[in-house]
Parts: sequence; C-alpha cells; structure tokens
Amino acid sequence: MKEAKKQGGLNAEIQSRIGHQLRAMYDDVVRQGVPDRFVELIRRLDVPEANPHVGTAGEKNDGGE
Amino acid sequence: MPLTDQLRDDILASVPSLRAFAISLSGNGDRADDLVQETLLRALANIDSFQPGSNLPAWLFTILRNLFRSDYRKRRREVEDAEGSYAKTLKTQPAQSAHLEFEEFRNALDKLPQDQREALILVGASGFSYEDAAAICGCAVGTIKSRVNRARSKLSALLYVEGAEDFGPDETVRAVIGGSG
Repeated sequence: MKEAKKQGGLNAEIQSRIGHQLRAMYDDVVRQGVPDRFVELIRRLDVPEANPHVGTAGEKNDGGE
Repeated sequence: MPLTDQLRDDILASVPSLRAFAISLSGNGDRADDLVQETLLRALANIDSFQPGSNLPAWLFTILRNLFRSDYRKRRREVEDAEGSYAKTLKTQPAQSAHLEFEEFRNALDKLPQDQREALILVGASGFSYEDAAAICGCAVGTIKSRVNRARSKLSALLYVEGAEDFGPDETVRAVIGGSG
C-alpha cells in the first residue's frame, strides 16, 4: 500500500491488478492440494523398515540396511 | 531433528505451495512436480540439518529454489511450451477471455529476469516477508525489495502500456523498459 501510494493512482491500480493476477495463478495450484505421488513418497520414506523391535522412541536404527 | 510424524505432516502441508512456487518459476507443470519431488527427497535426506522451531516452509523453498537454479542453468537453451504445460496443470480450464489474460500474464512473468521473478513470487504470491525472501534467495533485504519493485514496474510496462498489445510485446516493451535494466 505504501509503495503503491508513492507511485500514484493509476499505477496503484495496475499494481493491485498485477498482485491479483499473480495470486490467482499461484492459488490455482495451491488449491489442487497434495497429489498422491507426494503422499506416497513421504509415506514410503518415512517407514524405512517395517520393524516391530525399534528400541528408542521414534529413532531409526542405523546399520539396519 | 529426526523425522517426527508432526514434521512429516508439516512437510506434506507445504507441498501445495511448493508446487505453486515451482510452477510459477518454471512455467512447466511436469518439470515443477519433478522439482518438488527432488526437493522433498533432499529435505528428508538432510532433515537432521533442519533446526526445530525454525521456518519449515522457508527451508523447503530454499532447497527448491537452489535446485531450480542449478537445473535452470542446464536447461537454459531448451525451448519450452510454457503456457500449454501450465494450462494442463489446472483442474478447470479458465474461460476463453480469462484464459487469454492469464496467458498474457504468464508470458509477461516469463520475460522477467530470474532474480526478479522469484523475488516477486515469494513476496507477492507465497506471502513471505522480505526478510524470509532474502534468506531464501541468499541476498540482502534491500536487494529483495528492489527486485520486487523492478519486477512490478516491468510487469506493468509489459501488460498495461498503451498500444503494447497491438504491436506485439517485444519491440514496444523493449522501447519502454530499455533503459531500466
């Protein structure tokens, strides 16, 4: 707002339009959410081994490969 | 820090905006998703270097931005079908006139220098503070501010200068912004 004011009325209007278009473009993608491939990716990497005898809480064993 | 359930959820929650950032930077949906995937792999591989309590989105955006820049140098010469690929990533195709306007905007954005485009997106669309954007880009806050300002004035010259559409953007725009680069 401060910058727009400095640059005058018409310019401020153009700047707000540019800001709107930029966010519209961006938010279109944001609204698509998380594609399955990324959910699966994180899930796969998150469980290095389906191993019931994990000693320390939340800590993955090293040397387990 | 170790990868806790909470951290994993937070990383996943950042994916939509990481994708939006990647698509805004590259103009190419398929490439953008590859970039996001690589970003997640890097992040998870280096999760120990993430400081608990620090800004996770900013950390992830930094990784993506650096990956994009090294990738960009490699692919600089490739000709890309920016609008076409981008449009494919949209769930619903915009109506005809809105679509035209959208393409014009996308084209204008692609004409900005890399530094200015990323600064504008981070501040104007991702909603990062100037300080966070500066940290992501590895430069001073004042540099980010001036890049954002230059990006805005170039975009307004490209999109809204009288007669620019009639003559085709390149010549008119070059004449208008020629001295400011």
